[in-house]
Amino acid sequence: MDYTLVIALEMVRAIAWLVLLSSGLAIIFGMMRIINFAHGEFLMLGGYTVVISTGHGVNEWVAMLVLAPIVVGIFGVIVERLVIQRLYGRILDSLLATWGLSMLMIGGVTMIFGNSVTGVATPLGGMSIGAYQVPRYNFVLIFAAIALLLIIWAVLKFTKAGLIARATMQNPDMSEALGIPTRWVYMATFGIGSAVTGFAGALLAPMTGVVPTMGVNFIAQSFITVITGGASIITGTLAAAGLLGSISQGMTFLTGPVYGDAALLLAALVLLRLLPQGITGRIFKKSL
Amino acid sequence: MTKFSRRSFLRSTGMAGAAALAAPLVARAAGDTIKIGGLHDLSGALDSVGVPMNQVFKLAIDEINEAGGLLGKMVEPVIYDPQSNMSLYSQYATQMALKDRVDVVMGGITSASRETIRPIFHRYKTFYFYNTQYEGGVCDRNEITLGTTPAQTVARLIPYGMKLYGKKVYTIAADYNYGHITAAWVKRYVEENGGEVVETEFFPLDVAQFGATISKIQGAKPDFVLSALVGTSHLGFYRQWAASGMKSEIPVMSTVLGAGGSDQLILTAEEGNGITASFGYFEEIDNPTNKAFLAKVAAAYPDKDWVMSEISEVTYEGVKMWADAVADAGTTDRDALLEVLTSGKTYDMPAGKVKIDPKTQHAIRDVYIAELQDQIFNILESYPNSPPADTQMVCDLVANPDSNQHFEISL
Repeated sequence: MDYTLVIALEMVRAIAWLVLLSSGLAIIFGMMRIINFAHGEFLMLGGYTVVISTGHGVNEWVAMLVLAPIVVGIFGVIVERLVIQRLYGRILDSLLATWGLSMLMIGGVTMIFGNSVTGVATPLGGMSIGAYQVPRYNFVLIFAAIALLLIIWAVLKFTKAGLIARATMQNPDMSEALGIPTRWVYMATFGIGSAVTGFAGALLAPMTGVVPTMGVNFIAQSFITVITGGASIITGTLAAAGLLGSISQGMTFLTGPVYGDAALLLAALVLLRLLPQGITGRIFKKSL
Repeated sequence: MTKFSRRSFLRSTGMAGAAALAAPLVARAAGDTIKIGGLHDLSGALDSVGVPMNQVFKLAIDEINEAGGLLGKMVEPVIYDPQSNMSLYSQYATQMALKDRVDVVMGGITSASRETIRPIFHRYKTFYFYNTQYEGGVCDRNEITLGTTPAQTVARLIPYGMKLYGKKVYTIAADYNYGHITAAWVKRYVEENGGEVVETEFFPLDVAQFGATISKIQGAKPDFVLSALVGTSHLGFYRQWAASGMKSEIPVMSTVLGAGGSDQLILTAEEGNGITASFGYFEEIDNPTNKAFLAKVAAAYPDKDWVMSEISEVTYEGVKMWADAVADAGTTDRDALLEVLTSGKTYDMPAGKVKIDPKTQHAIRDVYIAELQDQIFNILESYPNSPPADTQMVCDLVANPDSNQHFEISL
């Protein structure tokens, strides 16, 4: 019984993690059709913000919840102004440019902070479920993922900004004609996507520590989740993360992490064969 | 303060300039220097290991030159950066052997890089020292192997852990040849000591989330966990293990943690405390040679952000032992040096007493078990004169001097 509960919790955590990991990318890719190959490095930047700022005495929670999204968000806006704004509609060029950016970021961070950095301790410690010990931090991840999705949903659904954003994504020319400064909308969207990614990186830092090259470990999972999810940000991310997270984590429990990873890839492969536009390309088409 | 006039400035810089210009000519006229090649990853994925190795390598050479060089000549380091890239390894190894014509090479970090360059040096008879702890089995007359092998470290760590904690072991290892071979050795030593490996799990190097495994370990209830996890992603295991509050429940031993000299600093004290590891060198070794060595390193590299580990200390050993043999033999000829090195001489090194086994040309050395406490390894046990028993099972260079092979030791 305890074991079942622990496995269930671990699965939910895996799903929550995929949601956090890919939400920023879903915003950028899903809404703007920009392939951000530096996504992993944006995560890394979020992680570094936490490690560096806590090293300077900033409270760990402030660093994770406030500083990291702000820093990476601002960085995202700068990147958008300098690079991305010239590449809208040129999906392959954006891939190449952001790939270059990712190498630049890895090199830059290595130069400044060196190839290894002290991590931060995972806050909150452990708790027991029956005979098992689990980190309390797991619940932080789960809660953060739920909160993040709710916020994105509320913003898109109920605010004017959300309406403008959706209009711009659906038909930029018409929006422009109606007086919406689409350039600024794109910039803001990219900034917000970056901030969300920075937030995910910040939450990751206490679990794995940070190194300049950590991004490559996460980029595949993020892209697989977003592409499997399809066009709609919330439903797509949630559906893909739920499906892939539970399949891979279930396999990891049954056999081990190698087959867990393989199962995730296989599931994504089969899904994309059946639903080339992603889950929300066919099902839940009208969802956000 | 000396007075500084324009005239004296011109005179001194002019002379220095002339000397600098003339220096290469002088050196060449005097019949060259003795060249020693260094192939360590100074950039790329392994630079956190390669940079300290290279710094210690240069320190050892400086020491030799300060003492007057070798055979009346200065020793000149020839250093390339293979950037953690195997094709660069083979390119630079060839260059060292054919173009630079170095007298000896120290280097290679992973087994993959060693197996890239070892055949090249063998072919061109360029004497080669491999200074990394590795899985054992290299049998090559052209190579001196100074790092520890599983029969020296794992063989000590397992019985120690079983005596202290109990007989049920859970192995977690990196999913490539090092992890698989080490896991096989662990199983063998556990069974030899009457214990049981309840589960062995392998992790690709990019796995950073260990929640499922941590729950599984708790379900299996082992007496201790043996980790052969490798790399920065895998450090996540130790963090998440500590975050689950498991540290006080099940002890962890590792064959890798601390090998490169930075893991113990990346983990916080709370995450690392109590993890035991076994290597041929720890900074805390208490002998005068080691104290002098560490003082010299601290003076040469005051800003270093790494801890001296086996892999770097052994690089120092390599240079010093080779230099000692050159002085002894009066030549840099490989066969003459091999004769001296395998003659049974004991070398007094920071790590303790080191001797070269003539059959395998591996080191017979003191091995230590240490526990991490507040980011420092405290030595618990030492095992003097531990032989590379694994490689000895398959390799006899005295009987087969032409051997040129990396044996997979079958278990």
